[in-house]
Amino acid sequence: MADKTPFDEMYNPDGSVREPYRALAGWLAEQPDKALALMQTDAEAIFRRLGITFAVYGSDEGTEKVIPFDVIPRIIAANEWRRLSKGIEQRVKALNAFLYDIYHRQEILKAGRVPEKLILNNAAFCPQMMGLNPAKGVYAHIIGVDIVRVGPDDFYVLEDNLRTPSGVSYMLEDREAMMLLAPDLFHRSKVAPVENYPENLRRTLESVAPDTVRGSPNIAVLTPGIHNSAYFEHSFLADQMGAQLCEGPDLFVDGGKVYMRTTTGPEQVDVIYRRIEDDYLDPLTFRPDSMLGVPGLFDAYRAGNVTLVNAPGTGIADDKAVYTYVPDIIEFYLGEKALLQNVPTYNCTDEDQRAWVLENIADLVVKEVHGSGGYGMMVGPTATKAQHAEFRKKIEARPDNYIVQPTLDLSTCPTHISGDVAPRHVDLRPYVLIGDEVRITPGGLTRVALKKGSLVVNSSQGGGTKDTWVLED
Amino acid sequence: MRMLGRTAANLFWLSRYVERAENMARLLEVGYRMSLTSRREGGASEHLISMMQAAEVDEGFDAKHELADVDTVAHYMMFDPDNASSVYSCLQAARTNARSVRTAITTDMWESMNGAWLEFSQIKPRDVRGAKLLGLLQWVKQRSHEFRGALLGTILRDDGFSFLQAGNFVERADNTARILDMKYYVLLPRATQVGGDLDIQQWTLILRAASAHRAYRHVYHDRYKAHNIADFLILRPEMPRSLVYCANFVQQNVDALAKIYGRKEQCHEAAESLLSLVKDTNMEAIFTDGLHEFLNEFIARNNRVTDALSESYNFY
Repeated sequence: MADKTPFDEMYNPDGSVREPYRALAGWLAEQPDKALALMQTDAEAIFRRLGITFAVYGSDEGTEKVIPFDVIPRIIAANEWRRLSKGIEQRVKALNAFLYDIYHRQEILKAGRVPEKLILNNAAFCPQMMGLNPAKGVYAHIIGVDIVRVGPDDFYVLEDNLRTPSGVSYMLEDREAMMLLAPDLFHRSKVAPVENYPENLRRTLESVAPDTVRGSPNIAVLTPGIHNSAYFEHSFLADQMGAQLCEGPDLFVDGGKVYMRTTTGPEQVDVIYRRIEDDYLDPLTFRPDSMLGVPGLFDAYRAGNVTLVNAPGTGIADDKAVYTYVPDIIEFYLGEKALLQNVPTYNCTDEDQRAWVLENIADLVVKEVHGSGGYGMMVGPTATKAQHAEFRKKIEARPDNYIVQPTLDLSTCPTHISGDVAPRHVDLRPYVLIGDEVRITPGGLTRVALKKGSLVVNSSQGGGTKDTWVLED
Repeated sequence: MRMLGRTAANLFWLSRYVERAENMARLLEVGYRMSLTSRREGGASEHLISMMQAAEVDEGFDAKHELADVDTVAHYMMFDPDNASSVYSCLQAARTNARSVRTAITTDMWESMNGAWLEFSQIKPRDVRGAKLLGLLQWVKQRSHEFRGALLGTILRDDGFSFLQAGNFVERADNTARILDMKYYVLLPRATQVGGDLDIQQWTLILRAASAHRAYRHVYHDRYKAHNIADFLILRPEMPRSLVYCANFVQQNVDALAKIYGRKEQCHEAAESLLSLVKDTNMEAIFTDGLHEFLNEFIARNNRVTDALSESYNFY
């Protein structure tokens, strides 16, 4: 797979332009010299002024970076999107059914379709959730599904993000920036809107409020605070939804109910869209040293007086080792074949597979089971011999800590690189909302690896973003 | 939607810090200007030291520097992160407060604040000397005006607005009172109302530090007189930096909070007590009781307003 030219989303192998990119190709051809470079500078200024920044962990405290934005949009045809969104909907329904089952009767384990050990001994499994009934039976209300494309009809799900997926504010601001920078390009195309995401998020959150709530529920976004790398997004979403942006100390629990400290005294909170990880949510139930959470929050949740979005313990469904079983999970709960493919994944605890992996490591991608953000991973074809050796050792030492996949040749999109346009690898993260119904925003966030040949799209590793267009018929 | 007590506190301090940054810039500008034209020996640093006293940063400065000249004072008041009231520290604190309450302020306010901080934090202190220093001081004042303009032009007139406004005017009242107190002795009544050269220089300093030297002429159509200057900065309701103007404004905004929340709190008493000090009185009465004592009482009651607001509305 790694040897042939990657699938380009704009150009056919013969150099002709693929249908969805026609309008863009015409527009690009008309742009005078340096027009793209100027747009790029404008875009950077817009993002910095708006304060759309992220903090890079490990770099100097307080440094905020602007995530690079590429001025050439990524385009998905209407029929391509219809297929994708059907597959995504199927997947998120099955994953929620799986979570309900895992935290209740565990039928899928009894049936032997998913190994019991893999779930019950998993760090992401949350025993405190056993027997708890979240509102409307929904566990993962907000999911970001990472999808890559390797051919005209070949889409793979790389991973499901069911904990606290981030990046949706970039999807929204990329669109805002693009409309400011190239309004004429929008005139030539019919682009599906993304700006109702905050409204849909609010509806989703309202729909899962505890049954006892009368009238409009009181919604809070719980953030770790201004030093968190995604703080901009937390404040952005709270602002757009008209919800209160809270930090742990702004909330307290009394008599099994959650309150916020307002200028006129305590006010009860019904739904918490929390952007704090499970471990830090409640020092009384989870990590006792957490300063970010709210003591007693989990008891209030268990008593049904507040809804946590997403529920604690959803990580068991996006665990990299559980990922392998998602096609079985879909079949088990929905009785359907998976519409979207999984990337084939090698199990290093199996002796034969491990031997093969160790031999072919230079062609493979190795990921830490609990890693994220592109940290702790190795892309064989671009890694050094020393890194290959290092990861061989790591796998031998802890085979259960790694999953290994073939190097997927991610599709490329034309990207502005210092005055020129060149193909760069991209992925796609559509955002799904699950409450009283499933709502999928057309498109999502396209991440692009700006380094030539690089397959790592994470912003912490030099990746950028693109506005993502789903064309309407 | 109810406001978090923390948000209220952040808004109050956000506009206090923006106002303080502006005041610091103005004090430094005056000290710098006067030091350029001072013909007396040691006069140059005297003006700068006066301004640091008015800003209440003189002790911190003495702990770090032996010599008060233009460079050391300018650096300490503009850029020194160890000085909690330096323009640098104020803008940083204002921006951090703004970032914490991103959802409670408008995009225009945020962009103004964020833009000011980003530009300022790019400046290298060693590049700012002489004419460049004056240019930068002007810039600080302009950014403060811009922020206030964005605030007045875009934000909802709700509780958040009142917390912002209260913070702004509590800070301004404090600043004017300190400017007066730094030179109160040159304003005391004397046998003759005609000042010597030295007095005129001191009076100019006071008026400029409150951005009042031009407005003075419009109100009094007269040469500088100690009595008028004190009257202007304390009791003139049309002067936007006078104590009575600021106290009135604080009172109005605290009243607005009572209206929004449907009841009065301790802070209403505190605001009334501040205003009562400057309402229905005249300079003669103030001089009789002692100008210095009066100013200290005003500063104390003004501080009480902040404490009372914090207690009444759960600042934390």
